[in-house]
Amino acid sequence: MKIIVAIKQVPERDAQVRIDAAGKWIEEAGLQWALNESDAYALEEALQLKEKHGGEVVVLSAGPERVGSTIREALAKGADRGIQIECDDLGSRDALGVAKLLAEAIRAEAPDLILTGTQSDDLGLGQTGVIVAELLGVPHATLILHVEKSDSGVTVKRELEEGWFQTIEMPTPAVLTIQSGGNKLRYATLMGIKRAKTKELRRVTAAELAVDGAPVVVLERVTLPQKQKSTQILPGSAKEAAAALVEKLKFEARVL
Amino acid sequence: MSGIWVVLEEREGRISRMSWEALAAGRMLGAMTGLTVNAAVVGAETAALAAEAAGKAIAKLARVEHPLLAAYTPDGFSLALQQFFEGEKPDYVVFPHSYQVRDYAPALAARLGRVLISDVTAIAEGPVFTRQLMMGRLNGAYRPTGGGTCLVSVQAGAFRADEAQVGAAEIAVFTPAIGAAQIRTKPGERFRGSAQTVDLGSAQRIVGVGRGIKDAGNLPLAQALATALEAELGASRPICDNGWLPMDRQIGSSGQTVAPKLYLAVGISGAIQHLVGIKGSQCIVAINKDADAPIFEAADYGIVGDLFEVIPALTEAVKAAKQ
Repeated sequence: MKIIVAIKQVPERDAQVRIDAAGKWIEEAGLQWALNESDAYALEEALQLKEKHGGEVVVLSAGPERVGSTIREALAKGADRGIQIECDDLGSRDALGVAKLLAEAIRAEAPDLILTGTQSDDLGLGQTGVIVAELLGVPHATLILHVEKSDSGVTVKRELEEGWFQTIEMPTPAVLTIQSGGNKLRYATLMGIKRAKTKELRRVTAAELAVDGAPVVVLERVTLPQKQKSTQILPGSAKEAAAALVEKLKFEARVL
Repeated sequence: MSGIWVVLEEREGRISRMSWEALAAGRMLGAMTGLTVNAAVVGAETAALAAEAAGKAIAKLARVEHPLLAAYTPDGFSLALQQFFEGEKPDYVVFPHSYQVRDYAPALAARLGRVLISDVTAIAEGPVFTRQLMMGRLNGAYRPTGGGTCLVSVQAGAFRADEAQVGAAEIAVFTPAIGAAQIRTKPGERFRGSAQTVDLGSAQRIVGVGRGIKDAGNLPLAQALATALEAELGASRPICDNGWLPMDRQIGSSGQTVAPKLYLAVGISGAIQHLVGIKGSQCIVAINKDADAPIFEAADYGIVGDLFEVIPALTEAVKAAKQ
């Protein structure tokens, strides 16, 4: 089974994010970057499928030069090779524009399965995988926790709301967007990190893929959320704050 | 162009609550733009849903009906609505941001050459659509460009579903042309993951634990606080993903929805998927080291600090107050 995993590099979870001077995006200088969480689960699912059925796992990511380090991280965990779509203007492309880039790169590889995370931790659009499927003309399923190979394709476990699940059968090739939590994530071993350095990382430019990048949706402005509620922050040491909170809960909110 | 169309979704035989919220968002757009507000229901047998919606202030109500729409599939729903909207050419389409919509609406938008503005929390003059970025730490203002239909999905709880608006919609049936071969996925029956052993929905007090607890070995700290408060222990998704607490303790859109008198969030940053699950709480307390964490937006009381110092202090203070 040949599997492509589309991954995204996003600011590290605990990174302090600030709005940039133009108010259009965040200040990227000095940020730490990491593999998007649900993409890490997509990679894990792909690696487990390969361990069971053989084949190849190819990681694909679009973005500027720094994205190479996240692809190497995936190679260190066990992916066989990487493809980077070099693109410095990812932020000015909308979900359709980014999906077009990924779809063109995937088309040339003709994989059996395309996995990606359910949504990114930065933009959180939750659409890229579905649009890629649409552009490639293949079926898809979202919020997938588990993938089984079947005679005619795959059988997947889909998460629904409020603790419900559903099993879906579908032919391959297909796109699956993977939800976090389906597997336990592996760490890269020292040997894996060593090996990753010699694995193939092919670079292709966005221009070479020749897709129309004109957006139909534009992110005009980034702002801090307005406070909806007046939150009383209780100051002081842990002990003082705790004592003040108990007073408030008992006599003001009356919930103790 | 044919104004605003709101896609109403079925949940257990009735129109879902989130759909009425989407209708409220559609009406808000209508008031801003002067466009008429219409609605569509989709399925194999939509008479009952149509009857439920017909009494609302909706100009036209479309029953998009086909036997192949009996069970939801992304192919069936995208194809049916693509055909319907290619005929109607709406200015705006508004969806509830449900798991089902997340599954097919991006594909439908792509077929129409558009991009869905997903998970919208507010609509301002323009119209400009606000959605959250960076897991709720920032807001982004989005605007469609280049004409054509603008598709948006609205976040659960972001718009108030108003019951008062009454009217008499003009009902019409639309039958899309769908062939069985065009539906490529075969959905199975819905099932529950594991036996529900704890009903957080009826708990009076809950201590919710998040990523900030760092390690399963630190959970007894939170448990001690829960015991002192006579509270149940709940958790955000990552805690259950890691297997530190069973899935039936998970609170949020994919877990349980709770409405306790007191919800005390420790080390939970407050991603929207968690916040929708605790909105019904009477009093929310947040303890987090990051003063900018979105959980503080939802909290009545907050302590900015190291939970490993604050939790033991709070446990002692609660015990002392009971004596």
